[in-house]
Formats: sequence, structure tokens, C-alpha cells
Amino acid sequence: MTAARHRGRSILLTSGLAIALAAVLVPFYWLVVAATHSSGEIFDSPPPLLPGGHLAENLRTLQDTAHFGRVVLNSLLIAVIYTLCAGAVCTLAGYGFAKYRFRGREPLFGLLMLGLVVPAQVTLVPLFQLMAELRWLGTYQAVIMPNLALPFGIFLMRQSMAALPDELLDSGRMDGCGELRLFWKVVLPPMKPALAALAIFLFLYQWNDFIWPLIVLRDSATFTVPVALASLQGLDETDYGAILAGTAAAAIPMALVFLALQRQFVSGLLAGAVKE
Amino acid sequence: MTSPSTASAPSATRAGRGVRAVAARGTARRPRAGRRAAPYLFVLPALLLFAAFKLYPIGRSFVISLHKTVGGSDRFVGADNYARLLHDPLFWTALKNTAVILAVQVPVMLALATGLAVALDSTALRARAVFRLGFFLPMVTGLVAYGIVFSVLLNKDYGLVNWLTGLVGLDPSPWLTDPLWAKVSLGLALTWHYTGYNAVILLARLQSVPAELYDAAAVDGAGPWHAFRHVTLPGLRPALLLTTVLSTIGTLQIFDEPYVLTGGGPDNATLTIGVYVYQNAFKYFDFGYASAIAYALAVLIGILGVIQFRFLGEKS
Repeated sequence: MTAARHRGRSILLTSGLAIALAAVLVPFYWLVVAATHSSGEIFDSPPPLLPGGHLAENLRTLQDTAHFGRVVLNSLLIAVIYTLCAGAVCTLAGYGFAKYRFRGREPLFGLLMLGLVVPAQVTLVPLFQLMAELRWLGTYQAVIMPNLALPFGIFLMRQSMAALPDELLDSGRMDGCGELRLFWKVVLPPMKPALAALAIFLFLYQWNDFIWPLIVLRDSATFTVPVALASLQGLDETDYGAILAGTAAAAIPMALVFLALQRQFVSGLLAGAVKE
Repeated sequence: MTSPSTASAPSATRAGRGVRAVAARGTARRPRAGRRAAPYLFVLPALLLFAAFKLYPIGRSFVISLHKTVGGSDRFVGADNYARLLHDPLFWTALKNTAVILAVQVPVMLALATGLAVALDSTALRARAVFRLGFFLPMVTGLVAYGIVFSVLLNKDYGLVNWLTGLVGLDPSPWLTDPLWAKVSLGLALTWHYTGYNAVILLARLQSVPAELYDAAAVDGAGPWHAFRHVTLPGLRPALLLTTVLSTIGTLQIFDEPYVLTGGGPDNATLTIGVYVYQNAFKYFDFGYASAIAYALAVLIGILGVIQFRFLGEKS
């Protein structure tokens, strides 16, 4: 291929993708713009294309109608606790399945992976009843507990742990390391990138989860962000300025965190996703 | 990846004790017994939680599906709920809607994702990092968040989308209020959200296709299209299988988007099986019937999963 032709293709491809990317990013841009306008302005014709001056007012409305500060704290607390606990459960299990041969290993792992294909709807009703019997309805643990043994997380960790050389573990054992200490001192340190990817995935998963918190949370003071936003949208007089300010407040920081960590996230996720 | 050498070296006393343990025959057995129990202890928390919050509910759901709640108490009705399913027009509507999304949106999205992955992998593309970031961004956004944004963007009278199409002289489209357009809107929202995610999976696979294969194809005089058909696509096969199966499972269970975007309307045009299960369970509190629908869905997913593995997996 000649250099000129290569350059032509390069310009064509890059500008084509740039247009597609602009279309994909329109909702983000518009979300930021809309969050700073009043409900009336959002539905003006022509619609506002530049930021306005109503952000503070929108956030105040949100605070008054939906305890938004409290709701964000709920979401953060639940997502952090979930990430820590589910991260521990998935990492331990992933290591166990990846690095030990034991009776029942394959069938037990297969059983856990069954969770990937059984639709969530199947367990919705019985889980709800179980939570009612445990008297957990309306509590944080009702949101957190059922998804701690997340099949995808276990799968991801098993794949990443498999890449760890056995010699490393053997030399640790030769030096008299107990199995738990081995896990803590020898296995975990080199797994940091995979752990970071798992943590980002778990946090995003919990932060954005909707249907389960919607079912088990009762009181609007304990709502998570998605549940609170959806409940606001159902009101007779929906204040879209406030809702969109809340949506932006929930989505934009996550997007920025993701952008900052995406290299680790994508590579960590892929280590698990593509090997078959 | 961090090099393994970052693992801390055991202290001298530890090493000393290890040597002594091996030397003394009696104590040598203890670490081995610990090693045999260790894997079970590592996987135990996951298994216990899974049994309590997944396996037990799956079994219980089947029992519930054989019961009907009458006046506050459960009565055994056998297969009645399943029989009712066969004659319930709404169930068939939900099934049909879900099937339409599966047949139209999923292939379109996967084709787009494949094209996107190939483009993002191309050396001809400038500023690749920027594009990769940008296209992956929608997958970070929660379903409720983007459902709300789309519902306002697609508003018939005041939405930005109709304003833009109006600039080029098109009549406003009833995006969310007409049965056909509502399906289109749902498809657009799903495509926006999941294309980047699927492209990530495909892209990673693409990077493991050996460059020599492309060189060989070029030597044989293959153009870009031939190289794509005979090198790229076969190389992508396992990843395409994975994304197809994941998208199928996800689509069959779809709940959040129609719930937030259209509420299943208008006139049940976007009623999916997922929304119908939710309505029966938590709006009408007909747990038995909701569980029967969910079980029918599980069977469907199982069947489709097996078919896809047979069909797409045969050559690999």
C-alpha cells in the first residue's frame, strides 16, 4: 500500500469513527447541560444546548424531595461494603478453584457457574420471601448478602489466579508458609491488577443495581440512587431538572473514575472474559 | 502484571521452622492435612452463600410455582399456573416482544460491535486510546440513569432528538408513545449501552489473532474484505460465541430498560418477560404465577443456550 493511500484510509477511518463517537457521547453531554436547567427550560424549543444556571436549585429540590444526600451516602456505603465482602468471597473461591486439585472441584465450580445462566427472575420471589422471613426487608444486608457469591466475579478470579505460576506457591510452601499465610503474603501481592479490576466491576455492579434494591428497600430514606431516581420519575409532577441533576451526580463521577482506571479494568476483565 | 518477585521473602525463622518440620516425621503430616483442607475452606464461603441465596431460592421457586395464594394461604394447584401460561395472551405478547428484540437488536448490535472492534484494532486509526475510552463509556452508566436520559431525549414534543430531526425537515416521531417506535427506542437504548461492552470482548480476542495470518493473506492477494472473512471472522469465533450467548441471556431477562423507558407500554408493546414477572409478583402479588413465568423463561434460556453452543461452537 502506498503511503498516500494509507493516509487517506487513516483519515477516512478516524473521521468516520469520530462522528460515531460524537453520537454515542451526545447523551452524556446533554445530561450535563440538562442538569443545569430548570424543568421548564429543558423542554423549551429549541432545547438548551449550553449549560444554564439552575444546578444548585435542582440539587436543593432533589435534597428536599428525595433526601438526596442521604441516598448518595446509602449507595456509597452499600457499594463499598459489597465490594469488600464480595471481593473477598470471589477472590478466595477463585484461588481455591484455580490452584488446588480436590475432590468435587469441577462439579462444584460448574454449580457456581450455573448462576450465570439462571435468570434473576427465577429467584426474585423466593428471595423476597426469604428476606421477609429473616426480617431483613428494608435493611442494607438484604441488598448486599444475596449477590456476594457473584458467579462472574468467581469466574474472573479463577482465570486470573490460573496465570499465577505454581512454582511460586511451591517455594512458599517449602519455606514453611501455611496455606492462609501463603494466600495473603504470596498470592495476593502479584494479583493487584486483577483485584483492582474485580473491585471496579463489583462497585459499578452494585452502584447501578436497580431491581433488587427496588424490591427489598422500603423507606425512601434507605433508598439507593437508582431507586430514588426511578421513584421520582413516577411522581405526577416530575421535576426533570432535579431528576437529571441527580442522574448526572450519580453517573458522571462513576464515568470519571472509570476513565481514570479503565486500563486496569479492561485488561483485568479481559483476562477472564476471553480465555475459554 | 507485577513480577512474582514482589512477593515477600519468608523470614529466616520461618524457613528454619519449615526445615525442622520436614526433619521431624511426626509433625510432617500436619501441613499436609492442612493443605488438604485448605481448598475447601477457600471455596466454602462462596458455596454457602450460593446455596443459601441461589440454589435454595431456585428450588423454592419451583414449589411456589405449584401453588396459588388464596385468602392469605397457599393452596397446592399442581400445574395450573403453567396451564394458565399457555392461554395468557399477555404472556405470549411478552414472549413475542422479547423474541423480536432478540432477533433484531442482538444481531445488529453484534455486527456493530464487530465492526467497532475491527476499527479500534486497525493501525490506520489515529488516537486509538481516545476512541476506546469513548465507546466504552456507556457501559459504565447505570440502566436507570440512561433510561431516564433517553426517555427525555426521545420525548415526542420537547425532546432533543425530534428537534434535531426537525432541523432536516422530518416530522416528529412518537418515539415512546407508538407501539412500533417504542420498540425501536428500546432497541436504540440497548444498542447504545451494550455495543461498547461487546466490542471490548471482541477486541481482546482480535489482538490474539496472529499478525502472520494477515501477512499470509496479503501475500495471497486478499483484499480487506477477504482478509476479514477468512482471517478475522474465524479468529473471532470463540468471542462471538461468548458475546452471542451473553447477549441472549441478557436480552431474555431484560427488565430495567423497558421498566424505566416505557413501563412496558404503550399498549404492552415493550412488555418483556422480565417486566411481566415483576408485574405479577410485585404489583398483583401473584407469586405462584410469577414463578411459573420465570421457570418458563429459565427453560427457554437453557434451550437457546444449548442451540447456540451447538450451532456456533461446532467448528471450534
